Amino acid sequence: MSGFPFSAIVGQEEMKLALLVAAVDARIGGVMIFGDRGTGKSTAARALAATLPQIRAVDGCRFHCEPENRDDCPDPCTSKRIRKMAVPFVDLPLGSTEDRVVGTLDLEKALAHGEKHFEPGLLAKAHRGFLYIDEINLLEDHVVDLLLDVAASGENLVERDGLSIRHPARFVLIGSGNPEEGELRPQLLDRFGLSVEVKTPDDIDQRVEIMRRCDAQERDAAKFTAKWKGEDAKVLRQIDRAKKALPKVKTPAKILRDTAALCKAVGADGLRGELTLMRGARAFAALQGDVSVTLDHLKTMAPLSLRHRLRRDVLDETGSTVRIERALEELFG
Amino acid sequence: MNGEAEPEAASTDSSPADCLLTARLFAQNPGNFGGICLRGFGPVRDALLEKLVSALEPLGPVLKIPNNVDSERLLGGIDLAATLQGGRSVWRPGLLETAQNGVVLLPMAERIDENIAAHIAQAMDIGKLSIILLDDGMESDEAPPTVLLERIAFHCDLTGSRDLEAVKALNLSCESAAKIRAMTKKQRGALAATAAASGIHSVRPLLFAERCATRHAALAGHDKIADQDLQMAVRLVLGPRATQFPQQHESPPPPQEEPSPPDQDSSEGEDQQNIEDIPLEDLLLEAATASIPPHILDQIEGKVRQAGKGQGGRAGNKQQSTKRGRPKGTRPGVPGNGKRLALIDTLRTAAPWQTIRRNESGNLEPGKIHIRKSDLRVHHYEERQESLTIFAVDASGSSALSRLAEAKGAVELMLAEAYVKRSQVALVAFRKDGAEVLLPPTRSLTRARRALGALPGGGGTPLAAGLISARQLAEAARKRGQTPTIAMLTDGKGNVMLDGTANRKGAKAEMEEVAKGIAALGLNSIVIDISPRPRPEAVELAAALRGRYLPLPRAQSAALVAAIESVGKEAMV
Repeated sequence: MSGFPFSAIVGQEEMKLALLVAAVDARIGGVMIFGDRGTGKSTAARALAATLPQIRAVDGCRFHCEPENRDDCPDPCTSKRIRKMAVPFVDLPLGSTEDRVVGTLDLEKALAHGEKHFEPGLLAKAHRGFLYIDEINLLEDHVVDLLLDVAASGENLVERDGLSIRHPARFVLIGSGNPEEGELRPQLLDRFGLSVEVKTPDDIDQRVEIMRRCDAQERDAAKFTAKWKGEDAKVLRQIDRAKKALPKVKTPAKILRDTAALCKAVGADGLRGELTLMRGARAFAALQGDVSVTLDHLKTMAPLSLRHRLRRDVLDETGSTVRIERALEELFG
Repeated sequence: MNGEAEPEAASTDSSPADCLLTARLFAQNPGNFGGICLRGFGPVRDALLEKLVSALEPLGPVLKIPNNVDSERLLGGIDLAATLQGGRSVWRPGLLETAQNGVVLLPMAERIDENIAAHIAQAMDIGKLSIILLDDGMESDEAPPTVLLERIAFHCDLTGSRDLEAVKALNLSCESAAKIRAMTKKQRGALAATAAASGIHSVRPLLFAERCATRHAALAGHDKIADQDLQMAVRLVLGPRATQFPQQHESPPPPQEEPSPPDQDSSEGEDQQNIEDIPLEDLLLEAATASIPPHILDQIEGKVRQAGKGQGGRAGNKQQSTKRGRPKGTRPGVPGNGKRLALIDTLRTAAPWQTIRRNESGNLEPGKIHIRKSDLRVHHYEERQESLTIFAVDASGSSALSRLAEAKGAVELMLAEAYVKRSQVALVAFRKDGAEVLLPPTRSLTRARRALGALPGGGGTPLAAGLISARQLAEAARKRGQTPTIAMLTDGKGNVMLDGTANRKGAKAEMEEVAKGIAALGLNSIVIDISPRPRPEAVELAAALRGRYLPLPRAQSAALVAAIESVGKEAMV
């Protein structure tokens, strides 16, 4: 594995936090990253996936089912053998056709043997891992429709090409895009649990450090990876501990009230904002090794959980982040 | 915006309770009601759907049909693999056949293709099939296809609903199917009159309302349809479909929260008394009025797009294409010239003939497949033409002094609309001695807003130059396959000629010539008069453009948005 180590990424703390939180609690849903090119978006997502421990999967299963959870696999999926594999990280390129995304009839088998065989698409590949879509705002509308439904239901239902198949497709959706190049449909935004805004670092020292590390990695990737192995292992332990601690983290009634009050104050549509903020704050507390969610956890997670859920106000120049910060200030001082 | 969210939530406050009631009624006898539309995505709807599905599953098949289903899978067709293997045509039933006597679940119903919707509607008409539409639409013109909405009794709006507990406590189990006496003639008459007064012309809602009243009476334990059953039916079935505000003798009372049926018994005495005095029709009208969703009211008041709901749904005309866009099935044809071979469909066409062709050709090799030219199928796609609104803003001194700021406000509102529809906008400003494209066509709200904010005012009015600029953008957009609309925001008083010289008379002649050229191209346009008082000059410009004329109402940018939209809609029909 010669990718860039997660812990070697300079700055971009909010993005790293969002990815970690999403890794701790999968129910939070994916992460939407707004920002310019060249800010380490895909590097960070890819690095996190590579850092995570290998997963156990049924040997030979095309949907890499979890051995304990293979009932919803459309294949026979009976192998007793178990293999270890890296957490899947799938790139969905912009020009992807529908067939390539959802899967299609395996023509070769159909022609040669008269067998109806499903050839899994990118959604199947991403099951139990990450689906990364760069420039998601430029994706064709009908592909977005597909993604919306799969991301909401956790399964891919194919009813076409004479096939009728359903297979599990649960993945962390990571999207990135620059809102200046086109807006995202609010329905799609809502499917993302968290969102972050990244900027190219202004700090000269930081930029120098980025150059230095990138150069070191290019010269000798293995050495660079080895150098950061310890740090990456720390991150891994942190995620692991947080996952174990998560069920035990307490959420005081007052925090729940504060969450609801905040969502109401900023005018986040629907109930999903509240639920995500609560889960996010809980996962953040677990990452920090705290036993109970506090107002600070809530404040940190609020912009990440809510900024993409605010109704757009054209006449108000202020961005969503500012509006949330203002509400936080008014409510909690 | 924060301030605005509040009243909206308050006015739809009773609707979640109504939605739960509709779910109960629907679950009692899904086949009777055609279906239910649940609008507004979120955890509340997810929970309600889960409840509904588990209540409906014992009654018959519950199938989910994804949006990208092909019509072959929907209606049934030749099973390719089995046909190739068997050498004879093997038919495989479609999803709609499998779902008979059951319920079909349609996610993202606002995005369903008309062709798919038509097949589903047909299946509902022929057989016994009900549907659950999951409408993720957010704007009032994002709605499921009308052919489907028409065929279902209940339209529920759960947008912004937060009452998860109520849904979790909901009990959908079937209650006694007590015999209810048929509706009286008087009741039917009142129902019909209410529908007519609410602008509902189809007969289906009346049938649904009658069934709804009957089921509601059964739920409440009555043996005949009482007035409050009827009222509830009107509220649940007719109210959400109203296309006009029911005409009443006196002004309608503010919407009151109506108690759900089980608690209704307690207040019955009181209600009964009121009912004595008021004629039944008025009572029903009141119920209908109370349940008209707020966005419908907007539409009624603006008298725009009421007929366009769910039809003009997305921006831009549609265009058949063989190259790109949303897959739209296949048809016979020879690949090449940009057309792509649809391999599976080609094989499917060829499959049943294999035995015959093999024997004919004498080549009995099993792996060989015999394909004739007539078998070939090519892909067809539908390209949705994007719409482009070109705003040409008069930033001359005369308008800057009066209402440039208001015009900017109006454009901003329209930009927001365009953003929601994912259509493009462009911005042209004309002042001093020429016109300038401030913003080439874009979908980015951020950039558009910035360009608008930086727009200075002052100088003469080179109206003809502005028109030419807008026309160039419009023509380029057409070539790209977009549907352009020109919105001129001006007082119509051009005084600078194309060569930059100030000459009122010459400018006017030029303006007319250019405007007529635009009209001859068949470009849609609207002239928004931003002078303090409506001017004949702007009316003349609109006439020359063969476009609409609209004086900018003071501080009423929203009305302006509605007007521009309706021009765009007309163009798309």
